[in-house]
Amino acid sequence: MAKEIFYFLIFPGLLFSGVIGGFLSWFDRKLTARVQFRQGPPLLQPLYDFVKLLAKETMIPKYGSPTTFLLSPVFALFGASLAAVFILLPALGIDGGFNGDLLVIIYVLNIPSVTYIIGALASGNPLAAVGASREMKLILSYELPFLLVLVSIIIKAGMTINLAEIVEYQVLHGAFIGSLSGIIGFITIIMCIQAKLGLVPFDMAEGEGEICDGIMIESSGTILAMYKFVKYIMLLILPALVCTLFMSGLSVSGINILWSVLKILGVVLLLTLIRNTNPRVRIKQAMRFFWIWMNLFAIISIVLAVFGL
Amino acid sequence: MGKRTIVPIGPYHPLLEEPEFFKLYCDGETVVDMVWETGYNHRGIEKICESKTFEQVFYVVERICGICSTSHPFAYANAVESIPGVEIPLRAKYIRSVIGELERIHSHLLWVGLAGHFLGYNTVFMWAWKYREPVLDMFEIITGNRNSYAMFTIGGVRRDINSEQADLLLKVLKDVEVKSKMLTGAVIDDPVLHARLKGVGVLTAQDIHDFGAVGPTARASGVDIDVRRDDPYAAYDLVDWKVITASGGDVFAKAEVRLLEIFESISIIRQCLQILQTLPEGDIKAKVKDIPAGIGIGHAEAPRGEVFHFVKSDGSNSPVRHKIRAPSYTCIPTFRRSCIGGTISDAAIATAAVDPCYCCTERMAQAYDINTGEKRYNAAELIRLSQMKTEEIKKQLLKR
Repeated sequence: MAKEIFYFLIFPGLLFSGVIGGFLSWFDRKLTARVQFRQGPPLLQPLYDFVKLLAKETMIPKYGSPTTFLLSPVFALFGASLAAVFILLPALGIDGGFNGDLLVIIYVLNIPSVTYIIGALASGNPLAAVGASREMKLILSYELPFLLVLVSIIIKAGMTINLAEIVEYQVLHGAFIGSLSGIIGFITIIMCIQAKLGLVPFDMAEGEGEICDGIMIESSGTILAMYKFVKYIMLLILPALVCTLFMSGLSVSGINILWSVLKILGVVLLLTLIRNTNPRVRIKQAMRFFWIWMNLFAIISIVLAVFGL
Repeated sequence: MGKRTIVPIGPYHPLLEEPEFFKLYCDGETVVDMVWETGYNHRGIEKICESKTFEQVFYVVERICGICSTSHPFAYANAVESIPGVEIPLRAKYIRSVIGELERIHSHLLWVGLAGHFLGYNTVFMWAWKYREPVLDMFEIITGNRNSYAMFTIGGVRRDINSEQADLLLKVLKDVEVKSKMLTGAVIDDPVLHARLKGVGVLTAQDIHDFGAVGPTARASGVDIDVRRDDPYAAYDLVDWKVITASGGDVFAKAEVRLLEIFESISIIRQCLQILQTLPEGDIKAKVKDIPAGIGIGHAEAPRGEVFHFVKSDGSNSPVRHKIRAPSYTCIPTFRRSCIGGTISDAAIATAAVDPCYCCTERMAQAYDINTGEKRYNAAELIRLSQMKTEEIKKQLLKR
């Protein structure tokens, strides 16, 4: 029991993934700043942001449901930490996981997005409601291609739904990204992750210029700090999931640790570049993009996987 | 009619640089109605102008808008000079055109950046504003100020452009041209921007005529109007340039018109500087003794469209009436055509597309009692309200 609690709270759960995620968020911001001819924040800026928000007053909206509003970030944090445990344990090669953990990950990864929606609707703000409806539509759009890509991975790994076995298979037979279906699947899943993280061009749920941060508009103080922490965690575990599924995991033995760091940074770099070279699209366009193009890509990837390409 | 939500844009909103309130009545994501409320920032500029001398009014109207801070003095100069009918020196004409066009470049670059920001495309925002920076530096070198240049006066300009400054300006323009070309290419060839901007906030030529919209907003809908050509002032009829128009009427066409106008402005400045070299230095101001009684009308093409100034003089040293109409005053009502029927995300960029300047448009608001129809909140009542509020806050503070 003590081991599980350690896993959940310290390593690789809450604390570890939050800290590393905070570093990745600094990396993302610094890179963005350099692309935009700016100086960028210092290394500890994510920590400063977090601590400052904790010290701020938490405003509770007058016309909402305070309990739901206050609980939703707790559940978001809980879901994100749980996902971190399930993804990072097999990815780092610490624990073998269990048969079917991939299915659990799919569910657990959705908890933060769903709690964003619940929190936003509980705040009783019309702009938050618009943001929540957009987030809902977005989940409906990116979830199907995301699942289809996982299907192609399962087929390629010899019909296993155990993350550790998928990693093992790749260590023996080469990373999936080296194959044709792997590349197509990788492109699809990067787009899905972009939407899951709510980065431009799929940040319409927050859409600063349109609906003033949408789902986050009423969050302040500790609530906002917790949401920020969830975002840090997600910024680590989603690239980690991609590395696990396509680049034979994140081995931490010896020199491999350098490789693992580079893999994660590479994926985050890709996400950052996409977000800096695109405008925000309309929610309708995002849905069309995922339902037609990304599903098509994912299905092509499955077909190629069946033929062993 | 189904259930409608009000999505507020303003009075304080990241989309607006100034306090202004748009109520979007929405059915889901679709905007079905829109109401514009103003009066948050009224400064009574016209009244202030009546208490200043003709010379001083330049520095008041310059502060109507921080971005197009030369177009108001430009129109005002045209209006005042038309009363005695002074002919300003040739050199002053060219210098006025140079300043006016430099301002157009920086204003259009600013708009491109802001439009990018509203679309969540912050890279364009930062890049456009970085490329705008040398233009502002150039303003500082020529006029002494990055903004509010205080360059115009009755009968000419206050500072000369010497050959050293002209050379530097040419160098800066060359750089700005290269960067603007890159930016134009990046915007016009980006497929995602096409998908996002084409067919959004469309204004037909008929809409433009209905609302009397002006400037790039009108030109993007194929309405070929430009005060610089239609009623030439300063040196615009002495140089060779063309009016840019587009036919789309959507946000993309407006962006296209603005981006291409940057190159026209660069070309105008180059020609002006070339001619300036052949003219004797120092002859920049005609002597105007006093302004006789009469009325003067002047207009100028600001980066956003036609600025109109009406000045009435009774022979004393200050105007007895000064009426200003800024371009946004006619452009902002077009929102009802461009936004209704679109989505909220389209409304955001469609409102930004006319490059609205709210401080230029600001009018006094008067509240009426909805039941009795009587005027509410006059100055005395407002002061009493404010005092009551102060009392309330005091009480709360004492309770703590």
